[in-house]
This record gives sequence, structure tokens and C-alpha cells, in this order.
Amino acid sequence: MTTATEQPPAAPPPAGGDGGDAGAGTGGGRGRAVVARLADLGNALVIPVLALVTALVVGGLVMVFTDPETLDEWGSFLSDPLGALEASWDLVSESYEALWRSSVGTPRGIGRTLVEATPLALAGLSVAFAFRAGLFNIGAAGQLIIGATCAGWVGFTWDLPAPIHLPLAVVAGFLGGAAWGGIAGVLKARTGAHEVITTIMLNYISYRLLDYALRSDAFQPPGRDDLISKPVRESARLPEVSLGEVTVHAGVFVALAAAVAVWWLLERTTTGFRLRAVGANPDAARYAGMSVPAMYALAMVVAGGLAGLAGTSNILGRPSFSLTGGYYSFIGFDAIAVALLGRANPAGVLVSAFLFGALRSGSTGMQAATSTPVDIIVVIQALIILFVAAPALVRSIYRIKAGRGTAQTFTASWGS
Amino acid sequence: MKVELRGITKRFPGVVACKGVDLTVESGEVHALLGENGAGKSTLMNILFGLYRADEGEVCLDGEPFDCRSPAQAIAAGIGMVHQHFMLVPVFTVAENVMLGVEPTGPLGRLDRVEARRRVEELSDRYGLAVDPDAVIEDLPVGVQQRVEILKALYRDARCLILDEPTAVLTPHEIDELMAIIRQLADGGRSVIFISHKLREALGIADRITVLRGGEVVGHTTPAETDEQALAAMMVGRDVQLVVDKAPARPGEPVLEVDGLVVSDDRGHRAVDGVSLTVRAGEILAIAGVQGNGQSELVEAICGLRPVDAGAVRLDGRDVTGHDPRAMFRAGLAHVPEDRQRDGLIGSLPVADNLVLNQLDRRPFSRRSVINRREVRRHAARLVEEFDVRTPSIDTPVGNLSGGNQQKVIIAREFFHADRLLVLSQPTRGLDVGSIQYIHRQIVAKRDEGVAVLLNSSELDEVLALADRIAVVYRGRVVGVLDREEANRERLGLLMAGAVEEAAAVEATGEEEVTVT
Ligand SMILES: Nc1ncnc2c1ncn2[C@@H]1O[C@H](COP(=O)(O)OP(=O)(O)OP(=O)(O)O)[C@@H](O)[C@H]1O
Ligand SMILES: [Mg+2]
Repeated sequence: MTTATEQPPAAPPPAGGDGGDAGAGTGGGRGRAVVARLADLGNALVIPVLALVTALVVGGLVMVFTDPETLDEWGSFLSDPLGALEASWDLVSESYEALWRSSVGTPRGIGRTLVEATPLALAGLSVAFAFRAGLFNIGAAGQLIIGATCAGWVGFTWDLPAPIHLPLAVVAGFLGGAAWGGIAGVLKARTGAHEVITTIMLNYISYRLLDYALRSDAFQPPGRDDLISKPVRESARLPEVSLGEVTVHAGVFVALAAAVAVWWLLERTTTGFRLRAVGANPDAARYAGMSVPAMYALAMVVAGGLAGLAGTSNILGRPSFSLTGGYYSFIGFDAIAVALLGRANPAGVLVSAFLFGALRSGSTGMQAATSTPVDIIVVIQALIILFVAAPALVRSIYRIKAGRGTAQTFTASWGS
Repeated sequence: MKVELRGITKRFPGVVACKGVDLTVESGEVHALLGENGAGKSTLMNILFGLYRADEGEVCLDGEPFDCRSPAQAIAAGIGMVHQHFMLVPVFTVAENVMLGVEPTGPLGRLDRVEARRRVEELSDRYGLAVDPDAVIEDLPVGVQQRVEILKALYRDARCLILDEPTAVLTPHEIDELMAIIRQLADGGRSVIFISHKLREALGIADRITVLRGGEVVGHTTPAETDEQALAAMMVGRDVQLVVDKAPARPGEPVLEVDGLVVSDDRGHRAVDGVSLTVRAGEILAIAGVQGNGQSELVEAICGLRPVDAGAVRLDGRDVTGHDPRAMFRAGLAHVPEDRQRDGLIGSLPVADNLVLNQLDRRPFSRRSVINRREVRRHAARLVEEFDVRTPSIDTPVGNLSGGNQQKVIIAREFFHADRLLVLSQPTRGLDVGSIQYIHRQIVAKRDEGVAVLLNSSELDEVLALADRIAVVYRGRVVGVLDREEANRERLGLLMAGAVEEAAAVEATGEEEVTVT
């Protein structure tokens, strides 16, 4: 090398340059890289964790100030200040305890939480995947509905042995969602139509399509005229699996497998690399010979498929096994929050889906035990998102210095 | 304004960008700050401008300690900065960008656009910047965008003006004009800090010169005491040979043939108007011209990045007109784009990934679509070493590298796979003398390997140093193709200014009076 300068200023010889060649990675470079990674991970976790804590604290305050009895105590605060504080503490601690107990405190609770988390994780992966390619998939709700409809139709219409029927239903659900997402993808690729607009419109279309289907003979059980479909046949249902005392349906493993697959696709394949490149800088991606429109289309197809699987795991896994009007479309919107909290990263999405699942599964238990309304959970979820989306707010509350590369803006705080 | 920086230290993960730097700039002084790529010049200036906070050290303005926490404070204190990478809102007009943050307002806080436009126009005229206040930034070529940045600082009436590589994208004529402006500002009592890799400029304009290396001050000097050679040695820490040795070219068969090419720019105007060129294996053909005469569009059309309205492009005799970039890549094209941050790199991805950006689907980097991380990393480590890219590690996001090192990443990537045709747009813009020397040698080496090289450079020195033949473009046409021996600065300058007949006339009659329009 001709320009080797005497003083490589503070730049250590590139890690893996010599020592790494053997692949053994014994050098200090590798060790330092691990430390740096852990530090990165720590950095990445600080904001979500603090956001959660803050949301729970604020949620507690909301509980106190919306509970009539506790408010009464506060009315006599001057004469009996301890009573007011005690009543508030009791209310909040009992509510959170009940929430904990019925979500993760017991094997049954954990099972319910996992089942709640499954579609959230799949739909969250859908939003995260699209985001990594630079697209905002607001259409997970519609893709989920179409996926559930396709899987459900295969599930109750056909009569096949389970080893064929179940996989067919799952594939149908994936393909349905993929096709629905693909519409937005192709529109984006061909005409540049913004995916936020098209996916929102496709959501409305999917609700009406489902309503229409539910009124047809093909879907409606004989003798009923409300918006409900026939139940999926036994042979197409996701089997129950027991791990010790925790009972879940097999959809949980579909979600886990999907997370691994998404991670692998994004990080380990050339297609995933292209998706990320297009998402991070479409101009440079084009100069490097990648087809930006093709990547947009592909991203939406896969994202749609993942959301379709979210619907599929519900219809084939959740008791009742029937489609209803507007079928679980709210999951498609919670998924945006899940992806945001999980920083559009598969592992992060799993963790945040579990958290949201726990809040959801614990809320009914909480209401039963303490009469704290389930709506408080929605408030807490909204607060978490607020704090995650505004990291500067959390930092100023806890007086943390802005870390390296922790961008202040909403979008930049997404992704890796 | 007198500016003093004392003992400034700034650390980034894995690098100490500045180590106890002292710098004093008197009012009325033009102070040149020189140093290699990654020496810490931009970081130091960003600290003065309040973009970064120093880990240690202090800043004094006119003798008063100044604790600068934000650019807003710096601007209020009279510091103006023109960044190396533009900080403009692409969808706003020139006038809107210039007034951003200091908008003139009428009664009730109404935005006074007329006034803003008027002032922008006035400044633009006064300093001969020739920018249209109503043009939208994203439609403007890089060179004009840079001038808008200068305009912006002038508009804020800064008492200390920091210019971070302001001349990198200007034409020789524009540079002369800028130098005149800088002098004018300094004579009016303002201080100017001027960062450049062009030593000749620094020697021409500076009152004093400070050289940084590896984040430390290695010396102060004045133009009277030093020369280019000595400065280069001071910067790099060893002797630098400023001109490349090259043997005469031995051109082979034609590799790239461009035939009557017609290309439109983004607004649909004809930017390339019937250009024909041939580049042979083993020769360097340079395109010389003032920026904005269709060179960018010509290069983009050749590389498959811009539709061709008429004419043909042939590579190795095969018609490749209108091929997409991927097909061109397969046909043997390597391309170093002009705007490295927008088109050449993905800032948020690591250095290693950027080094294989367009080659990842080739073996050994991947096999049946599955990436071989170990090969990618090994390759990256090798290129980083070979091209002396200064980076804390190959996992660092490429956007964190200094400007020059980002360029080296692109050069390393494209040179690695260049075996038929190498198209270079402003390949050494923003690089230090040591790196330029290295890259120039690599370009000549590629030529000697039999690669056809098309060099698009607005740097006359670079064109003269490298080219075997020179095609001068003016208003989208080739107005002359010269052999290297026939070319000199004056002749090229005239051709670039569009003085075709006059240039011929001068040659024929030796007449002195030439009107250049
Ligand atoms: N935001 C950042 N994060 C991490 N490292 C950084 C950051 N900014 C700069 N650096 C590092 O600090 C060092 C100094 O960079 P700086 O941009 O100041 O160099 P420079 O002298 O301006 O070089 P050039 O002439 O190439 O522009 C480099 O090693 C660079 O990689
Ligand atoms: Mg710099």
C-alpha cells in the first residue's frame, strides 16, 4: 500500500483484518465488537424500558383520578392526607398486581398472554418488515382480515384430513394477505401511489368485503343471519400444545418461526440486503443496480403475507373459530405500535408483542379483581407509544444525555 | 471578530477526532485550516458552530468565554458556517432557504417574501453568485447549491465565517470570485476560517495557516514561509509527489462508443445535444467543462440512470442504449457517482455493507442468495486497508466517516470490479493531497491494465494530470477533442467558456483580444 501513513490516527487496524481471517476471531477486535454490541443493545433498550415505566406511573395516576371512591378520599385530603395516599396506593398496587397475576403470574395467564401476543407479533413483523424497506404499512388490518377470510374459508369449506387441511389453510391465509398487501405494493411500484393512502383505502375495502362474504351462503351457517361465519373444521384448527402447565395453540410457534425467518431474510440474504438498502437510500440503491420498484412490491407482498398469518393464527387457533364483522382488525393498528416499540427489529417485535399481549390478557382479570376499567390498558399502551415516539421527552424526564446516533426524530428512531 | 479555541478535545466512539486543539483567528484574518481526510477539521468547526459539544476545552469570542450549545446561539453570536455537505431544504426555493430562521416579517409577523427575495437577489448580484431566488433547491446542480449555502451565511451577516471546503464544487472562475469576496469580508474586519484541500487556494488567500493531523495541531505557518510541497508534507507527514508519473497510453480497441446522444435534464430541457465520443481500452478520456453543461446528464445516460432520447451507447460493440444500471454493471461498467452521499452510499449501513453494495449477489459474497458474512467482512477489511480508509471499524455506519473517507469507500468498491469501463465523476472531490495522489495512481494503473476510463472532472488540474485525450463540452455539445499534448489551461478555459471560433482565431492569428461571453 502506498499511502500508509506513519500515524493511523486512533484508527485501530480493521477488526478481522488479520486475526479474523482465520475465522477464529480470537483478537481483541472481536471482543471489543461484542462489548460495543452490548452497549448498543443497552442503548436501544433504555428508551423503551423507561417509556414503559413512565407509562405505568402515569397510568396509575389516571386510575387514581378516575376512580370515584379514591377521589372521595382526595376530597378530604386536608383532614386525612394519609388516607388519600393510602387509598391511592392500594388502588394502583392492587390493580397492577391483578394485571400481573392474570397476565404472567400464573401458567394459565402466560398461556393467554402468548395467545394474545401471537397475532400482534405477526402483524408487528408485517409493519416492521415493510418499514425496513422504507414503507409504512398501515394496511396490516386489511391484510389480516383477508388472510383470516381465506384461511377460514378453506378451513370450513373443504373437508380434508388434518395433515393436509391445516397447512393448506395456513398457506391460504398467507397468500390472501400477501395478495392484499401486494396490491398496494404494485400500485406503489407502478404508479408511485403512496402506500399509506392505498393501504388505508384497502383496509376499508377489506371490511366491506368481509361483511359481504359473511352475508353469503358460502360463509353463513344455515339458519343464522347475523355477521358470523361457519366455524373452521377440527381438521384445520391449530392444535393445542402444552408446555408444562402453559397451554397455547400452535400459532405461537408460527409467530416465532416467522420472526426468525424475517430476521434471516433481512440480515442474511441478498434480497433482504436490497430491501434494507432501498429503505435506507433509494437513490444509492438505484445507482447500485437494484430495482427500487421491485423491492417495494416485494416488501408489501411479504408484509401482507405476515399480516395474513396474523389473521390465520386467530381464525384457526382461537376458540369460536368463526369470522365476525371487522374481525380483529384493531390488531392491525396495535401492530404499528408493536413495531415502533420493537424498533422494527424482529426480536424487538416479539418482546413488545408479548408486552402488549400481557396488557391485553391481564386487563380483564384486573377489571374483575379491582373494578379498574380495561380501558386503562388502552391508555397505558398509548402512553408507551407516545414516550417511545418522543425519546427527547423521556430523556428530559430522566435527564439522560442523548446517546450516539440516537436521532431525535420519530422516523429515525425506528429501525436499526 | 477574534475567535479562540483552547485545548479542544472531542471523542467519538473509537476515535478521538480532536486532541487538545488550540486555534486563534484574529479579526480581519483569513485563516486556512488544512489537514488530511479525517484529521478533525469539520469536527472542530462543528464545535465552534455549536453542532457538537467539546469534551474538553473552551471557546472565546473577542476574549469572552462563549459556551455554545446550539447553532442558533452561534449564529446569534455572529458565527456563520457553510458546511461541507449542504444543509438545505430540498423542496424550498433559494430565497426560502436563505431566509430560513431569520425570515423578514412585516406587521403582525407576516412573512415578507418580497423583501426576502429582494435581499437575496441583491446579495447574489453583489457577490456575483448568479442564483435565481425562485429556483427550487432540488432542481439545482450541486455547484449552485453550494453557492446558495454561501449566500445563506452572507445573508446572516456573520462576523466570523467558516467555509468548510467551499470551493470543492466551484469552477476556477467562480473560485476567483469567491476569493475576492473572502478578501472583501476580511478587509471589513470579519474573520474567515477557510478549509480546503487545494493547497494553492490556501496559499493564495490565507493570512495564516494551521495544519491538523490525526486530531492534533502539527504546525502553524504563513503563505510567505511555505509552499505547496512543504504544506503537503506537513499535512501527510511524509513527502508527497504532487504529479503522477504516467507512461504514454497504449490505446486498444474501442470499449465505449457514444453516438449522437441526446438526453434531457430533469426539467425536460435538452442537456446533452448530440454527443459522440469513443473511449478505447487503455486510455483515459476526460470530459472537461464548466459544471452544468450536460456532463452529469451524459454520464448518467451512459450508466443507464437516465433515459436516452436519441442516439446510441455501445459497450464492447454491443448496443446497450437504455439498459438499466444492473445490466450495465453486468456488461462491465464501474461508476463513481458525482453526489456520493445521495447516490454512492447508504449512510446508515456499515462500511462493510457499502463496500459490496452492488456486488453482493456475486460469489463469494453470497451463494444462492445467502450472504456469506465472513467473506464480506474479510473483503471489507482488505479494501479498508488497501485504500487507507480511516474508520474506527468496518461496522461503523459509513455516514459517520469524514467526507474524504466516504469517497474512498466508493472508490475502493468500484475499482475492485472495474475491468472494462470505469466512469468517474469528480473522483477526488474533497480528498486530501495524499489520497488524490493515491487515487490518481490507481486510475493510471487501471488504464495500464487495459480498462477504458471516462473521467468527468471540473478540476482542470486533475484533467491535465490524468487525461490522454480531453473532450470539452459546452452547452451539451462536444466543442473540441484535444490530445493531451495540445491542451493547456488557457486553451481549455477558452473552449469551456464556449469560445470555439475565438480560440481558433487566437491560434491562427495570435491575436490578443478575445471576447468571452
Ligand atoms: N458523528 C460521528 N460519529 C463518529 N465518528 C465521527 C463522527 N463525525 C466524525 N467522526 C470521526 O472523526 C474523525 C474526524 O472527522 P472530520 O469529519 O472532522 O474530518 P475532516 O478533517 O473534516 O475530514 P475531511 O477532509 O475528509 O472532511 C474521523 O475519523 C471521523 O470518522
Ligand atoms: Mg470535513
